[in-house]
Amino acid sequence: MSKTKRDNLITYGIVILAFIIFQVLSATGNLSSHMKGLLVPMTYYAVIAVALNLCVGILGELSIGHCGFMCIGAFTSAFFSKVTEEVLPTAPRFIIAFIIGIAFAALFGFLIGIPVLRLKGDYLAIVTLAFGEIIKNVINAFYIGVDSHGLHFSMKNAMELNMEADGQIIVNGAMGITGTPHDSNFAIGIAVLLISLFVVLNLINSRDGRAIMAVRDNYIAAEASGINVTRYKMMAFTISAAIAGAAGVLFSHNITTLTASSQYFGYNASIMILVYVVLGGIGNIRGSVIAACILYLLPELLRGLNTYRMLIYSIVLIVMMIVNWSPKVIEWRKRTFGNLLKKSGKEMA
Amino acid sequence: MSFLTYLINGLSLGSIYAIIALGYTMVYGIAKMLNFAHGDFIMVGCYIIFSVSAALSGNPIIGILIAIVLCTLLGITTEFVAYRPLRGAASPLAVLITAIGVSYLLENVALLIFGADIKSFTSVVKWEGITLFDGQLKIQGVTIVTIVVSIVILIVLQLFINKTKQGQAMLAASEDKGAAALMGINVNRTIMLTFAIGSALAAIAGALLCSAYPSLSPYTGAMPGIKAFVAAVLGGIGSIPGAMIGGLVLGIVEILSKTYISSQLSDAIVFGILVIVLLVKPTGILGKKYLEKV
Repeated sequence: MSKTKRDNLITYGIVILAFIIFQVLSATGNLSSHMKGLLVPMTYYAVIAVALNLCVGILGELSIGHCGFMCIGAFTSAFFSKVTEEVLPTAPRFIIAFIIGIAFAALFGFLIGIPVLRLKGDYLAIVTLAFGEIIKNVINAFYIGVDSHGLHFSMKNAMELNMEADGQIIVNGAMGITGTPHDSNFAIGIAVLLISLFVVLNLINSRDGRAIMAVRDNYIAAEASGINVTRYKMMAFTISAAIAGAAGVLFSHNITTLTASSQYFGYNASIMILVYVVLGGIGNIRGSVIAACILYLLPELLRGLNTYRMLIYSIVLIVMMIVNWSPKVIEWRKRTFGNLLKKSGKEMA
Repeated sequence: MSFLTYLINGLSLGSIYAIIALGYTMVYGIAKMLNFAHGDFIMVGCYIIFSVSAALSGNPIIGILIAIVLCTLLGITTEFVAYRPLRGAASPLAVLITAIGVSYLLENVALLIFGADIKSFTSVVKWEGITLFDGQLKIQGVTIVTIVVSIVILIVLQLFINKTKQGQAMLAASEDKGAAALMGINVNRTIMLTFAIGSALAAIAGALLCSAYPSLSPYTGAMPGIKAFVAAVLGGIGSIPGAMIGGLVLGIVEILSKTYISSQLSDAIVFGILVIVLLVKPTGILGKKYLEKV
């Protein structure tokens, strides 16, 4: 068995093991209802951390608008589930909801990627932030209702929909979508996480994945070697957006009222995911999953820590970046620890 | 007449964006980094003015002066502790993520000290303003002060950059750090000076912003900061008159779209401008074009 294959199996193993442990705890009644409520969010944060790590670590472009794709996945799938709640049975409805959420997130990832990926570095980061905010704002101004005549749209307010008396508002602007069926559960969340891990890990170890990393390391050299830079950038970005969309589907089918609020979909939320990725190790997919789970659960469990949570995260973020990336610190580490730390330095590059 | 009122409001908001954008554009021009925390320096400045005026309950000028000094120190410290070690790092993402970390840190420190509730900020401008056309057009004092202050800052900065030795050193360092160092310019000190000026401007922008929109929370600075970056990009990053033009255009667009299109969508429109500018003319209105060499 090759080393990468073994590594990948360990990653899947950790996820499955965590699933079994939580299931056993839950079955034996050792899990409080508060804790049970945290399990599904934990999985979708792990999923979106994997998605963002594909973009930041493997593609090497910082996106601070990934929650926008999550938002698209959440709203399109919740809209579908809400409309077809009485028509379709749960299982096929949820599967189609996933397909719709992922497809729309991928579509928007592709469309947004066309302009965004022509930029680099800081500009790219700020434009992804801009798109994330645009998505959030536009969804907040959207009104969709359904009555016997079909669908009605408006960008102004619910009155503008001009519906018949039997009409039902589905997307109510800033109030969002209320009453999406609660289809998400921990097992489905874990399944989605495993599938996204499978997709990303296989992508990384494929020919395409190596091309993407070559673009990241030196795009001029990659281009000179005959790699189609735009194509591979688009590929990684679209897949990343699609996985973020899947996280959105899990999200929207786990809460009663889905609103495009800053708390969940603003750039601060995206930065939160970035914290998971950085602390887990940029480019280290397994690390992202572990960091997302631990960092999500820890402050929720230790309530006293919650006040200082973000403060601690921000300090750790700064210290991590300086320790791992500062040329002087890297030199100092090499001098002090010699060959001991060579491996960890390689991982970051 | 109401259109004129909105236009003047837009100019006022635009002037605030312009002052913030000046800080962004100078730092970006020299250090080649997006100081994500710049917007939060504004918030820090506002809280300092707020606390000082609460403690002294007197002239706001003292508060503004203290805010300028402390923000300058904060800017220098941030540069020294967080950004300087990462200069020359293998990946440009490193310093950007660190800047995001600093932004987060400042917001959360403010959250711990002052709490999440919105404080109402007393305007530093006591002047009522003027009334024109038999009371049909009212211009608030703070609006006039904002516009005048931004013009003064623009002129002073232009003179500083073009006429003084330090300003010339900044220009040289922004063109080529290596060559500038060979000519005897202390690049590190020049970058530090840039951060100091940018942060002092942020404190002034904070005083004006919170006087015009008197609600103060730990997140006050974040959105204006990002919009000011949009303004800097729109005007051409690295260009001081560009930042001014970009800021004014953005302020006017924001106020007019809020009034005539939709208050929900005004942010989306502002960010839409950023996307369009970067696609059509990535160097902005007054920016210079750089060719990438292998």
